[in-house]
Amino acid sequence: MVELRPEPQYATLARQTETAQLGMWVFLATEVLFFGALIFGYYIYRISYPDQFLLAGQDTKLLLGSINTALLLTSSVTMVASIEYVKRDDIARAAAALFITALLGFAFLGVKGYEYVEDYRDHTVPLLNFLLKPSQHPPAELFWLFYFIATGIHAVHLSIGIVAVLVMAFHTRHRRYSAAYYSPLEVLGLYWSFVDAVWLFLFAAIYPLGRAG
Amino acid sequence: MTAIAEPVDSYLTAESTIASWLLTKDHKRIALLFFASVTAFFFVGGFAATLIRLNLINPSGTLLGPDLYNRMFTMHGIVMVWFFLIPSIPATLGNFLVPLMIGARDLAFPRLNLASWYVFNISGAMAIYFIVAGGVDTGWTFYTPYSTLFSNSHVMAAALAVFVNGFSTIMTALNFVVTIHRLRAPGMTWFRLPLFIWSIYATSIVMLLATPVLAMTVLLIALEHGLGIGIFDPALGGDPLLFQHMFWFYSHPAVYIMILPAMGVASELISCFARRPVFGYKGMAYAVMAIAIIGFFVWGHHMFVAGISTFAGVMFSFMSFIVAVPSAIKVFNWTATLHRGSISFDAPMLYALSFIGLFTIGGLTGLNLATLPIDVHVTGTYFVIAHFHYIMVGGTVSAFFGGLHYWWPKITGRLYPEMWARAAAILTFLGFNVTFFPQFILGYLGMPRRYYAYPPEFQVWNVLSSAGASILAIAYVMPLVYLGWSLLWGKQAGANPWGATGLEWRTTSPPPEHNFDRTPVVTEAPYRYNPEDGSYVTQDGVANG
Amino acid sequence: MDGLPFWPRDASVTARTVDTIAIGELVVVALILLLVFGMMFSFVIRYRRGSKADRSHRATKTWRFEIAWTSATLVAFLVLFAFGAKAYLYLYQPPKADLELYVVAKQWMWKIQYPGGQREIDSLHVPIGKVVRVVLGSEDVIHGFYIPAFRVKRDVVPGTYEVLWFEATAIGDFRLECSQFCGTDHAKMTGAVHVLSPADYASWLASQNAGQTLAQQGEALFRQYGCSGCHSPRSTIHAPLLDGIYGNYVHLADGRTLLADERYIRDCILLPASQRVAGYPPVMPSFDGQIPEDDLMKLIAYIQSLGTAKEAP
Repeated sequence: MVELRPEPQYATLARQTETAQLGMWVFLATEVLFFGALIFGYYIYRISYPDQFLLAGQDTKLLLGSINTALLLTSSVTMVASIEYVKRDDIARAAAALFITALLGFAFLGVKGYEYVEDYRDHTVPLLNFLLKPSQHPPAELFWLFYFIATGIHAVHLSIGIVAVLVMAFHTRHRRYSAAYYSPLEVLGLYWSFVDAVWLFLFAAIYPLGRAG
Repeated sequence: MTAIAEPVDSYLTAESTIASWLLTKDHKRIALLFFASVTAFFFVGGFAATLIRLNLINPSGTLLGPDLYNRMFTMHGIVMVWFFLIPSIPATLGNFLVPLMIGARDLAFPRLNLASWYVFNISGAMAIYFIVAGGVDTGWTFYTPYSTLFSNSHVMAAALAVFVNGFSTIMTALNFVVTIHRLRAPGMTWFRLPLFIWSIYATSIVMLLATPVLAMTVLLIALEHGLGIGIFDPALGGDPLLFQHMFWFYSHPAVYIMILPAMGVASELISCFARRPVFGYKGMAYAVMAIAIIGFFVWGHHMFVAGISTFAGVMFSFMSFIVAVPSAIKVFNWTATLHRGSISFDAPMLYALSFIGLFTIGGLTGLNLATLPIDVHVTGTYFVIAHFHYIMVGGTVSAFFGGLHYWWPKITGRLYPEMWARAAAILTFLGFNVTFFPQFILGYLGMPRRYYAYPPEFQVWNVLSSAGASILAIAYVMPLVYLGWSLLWGKQAGANPWGATGLEWRTTSPPPEHNFDRTPVVTEAPYRYNPEDGSYVTQDGVANG
Repeated sequence: MDGLPFWPRDASVTARTVDTIAIGELVVVALILLLVFGMMFSFVIRYRRGSKADRSHRATKTWRFEIAWTSATLVAFLVLFAFGAKAYLYLYQPPKADLELYVVAKQWMWKIQYPGGQREIDSLHVPIGKVVRVVLGSEDVIHGFYIPAFRVKRDVVPGTYEVLWFEATAIGDFRLECSQFCGTDHAKMTGAVHVLSPADYASWLASQNAGQTLAQQGEALFRQYGCSGCHSPRSTIHAPLLDGIYGNYVHLADGRTLLADERYIRDCILLPASQRVAGYPPVMPSFDGQIPEDDLMKLIAYIQSLGTAKEAP
């Protein structure tokens, strides 16, 4: 058990906890702008080249994307569950929930990797083997550039999250956190939910294209 | 005021190993680390500026030739913007003063603060790498498709250096915002905050919301340059203007990142040396926030001739005039603060007064640039160069030097030699005007920026400008000498040599590692000076004089 | 006005407008500066420490002053804005052109094509008193077409056309400059604008070895690139006829209505799918990367000539 004392710049531990959360919220605000800039650019082009983006979008792997959405949504549930368990001092379950969260994150990356391989087989990877399909024009390649940049940056964020979740899982198992102090878990939970939410936006922006009706 | 002897356990002397500096979590030490880094980069950027001005003495530009010249102005821009101006006041004075002024023991996240310095130096090392490896010739604006598909220089290294630099900016800004929200001393309400804190707060908000957009933009540039394919490529139907929108969405607010802290410094200095409360304190606080917010909606004025629609041009022109209003309020309020004051002309005040003057000229010429037809003529010329140097150098650097002198006794515990400092301040003002005023004329005459060679009829003004630059160079080196001298031989400063009201003056100079022996309790508004007898009341309610 | 050491020559209608506004604004700015500096100096001197000036009765209700000067600056700035915006709208709604030039920018030169088929590099000849419309295209990076004496400037963006116009008011030679950084020899990407009297201009045109007009060259290219295979009344493929299309509005398949100007025709040739005309199948191939910029401009000149041909009775 670690001694519970706030860092010297804080009057109380509660103050330190809420400050850490505010810090994460502020960080997430910058992340919104980071992804926002990319998604903004994506929609600008989508409005400029509606036909081409529709054509290109049909080659995305909707099934794999949907599986990944399900995996991430589930991982958010287990993330929240771990916090609830810690609040009840159920350390074993909390650690288990964290490990499952990380596992789901890995699964997402695995599916994503498989999807990239499929994309490669379909000749939709710019730079490596991109080919224009019939009635496609160069802007179709813009779609795929956005696809890889956006999902790639998201995957980096997720990987950082997985590492952090694993670290916290070990910390939890070694009883660094308890009902009395679990602020880092809550902060990480915010980040994890954000990465999840970014995926939902990307999924909505990318996969349903060209599949309406 | 009784002189308080330099405490044995000041933050400077508490520990003296190298590791105690490199692993410090003390915001005051980190401020000094940042100070060392940005000073080094100031002289790196200044070196490039020197070569630029030397090259332009002769219209044929043969001293550097095109390739080297293009690399020099790019290096000057990148280094000065991201490695000096943006961190200059926030990361040094801000880091040192934010906890002291609000009566806190440290910033909210001391480790993050130290990490910010390391990240800054990593990005700095990357910058040094691209300079040494052969430089970049795109200009600091990285306009695509030149930067991505045509330039054979180290665009990727430079863009990634800027990308990494952004993390440092965000870490520092995040720390400030959270600290100002959560760690104010008892009684330190929002409207008792010194205006310097308000300006750092507004700056941090802008940093947090603008920097990520730049990060994404330069990342896309680095990718496109590295891979030879990307989303701005016109051959794919990509739009170079999209890059410009994204770049200026950051880079116009970046101007406010650079000038808002300077405004905060000026408010502190003018009030203290006029011995009078800042005129219209609340208006000043609101104006800072207004500038920070409206500043996000004016970026298009960099693109009036770039191919945006006429309607967009008119809207951005309108917003640009609107954002000038709060700046005008600040100038009027500073001027009114002098009214019925008791004004002394110590070096910080000289810097502050030249800040107001040069910022006003820079701001008013901004009106010319916001006026659409005039902008069409002078954009991309030396008129723009002169305009933003009046704001960035005349404004920000003057305020930085002013603040540095003002808080020097607090930071080091020593007084600097006043006469030398006054001479440097006056020399800066003169040298600056001789350097940059001719550039307004050159611009209206139609000399484009980024020309290593130019028609001979422009030579007179260019030689004048270069002559001014040599004066400016001396004025910028002088403080390095006498401030360094004062570290060893300067007089003991005492806790409050200026008789100022802020909490930072209520602890010893230099402060102890824990800042305050007892957490101060704030009972007073800032700037309770009385010009009639020079008396003042500190923010924790102690009457003096 | 002749060139002064501190004021450039003005040689176009635009230049007069811009200078009038610039001088007017300079006066306003100087007055504001005088006000601020005057107050600063008088306060600094009168209230220097140790002076015997009265320092009591300092303003307490500061908001009264603040509201006063906030509204004053707001009004003043909005007046400046209005003058500028009005002139800008005028400058960007060009009168009917007497002469149309096609300019291609590339690292590091300006290639100018005249409607009569004459070509020049880094040099423009234009008649005085005529409205000249310049269509600007770039082969590589962004350049800036800037004639300081005319006070006109426009970025030349690859992948699209920009348009600029001027009407010269003085005979003489003026500088043409590149105002957007474009690489190594950016500073050498300059040229000369020669403003001639109408008679001199006519004899200059005649002295050039023109050959075919731009539209005639374009017609040849129209066949060479295979455009005529579909865009012709005899064609079996359902493609729009191009007669009279230039300068008129077209209805697109996605519901938009656009003006068929140079930029539109260019996009149609290079990226036909993005702005397809309503009622036609998407069968046109993309010519992206296959037609050099100057050929494109010839094609457009040809299509433009079809438009004017139809207008004639």
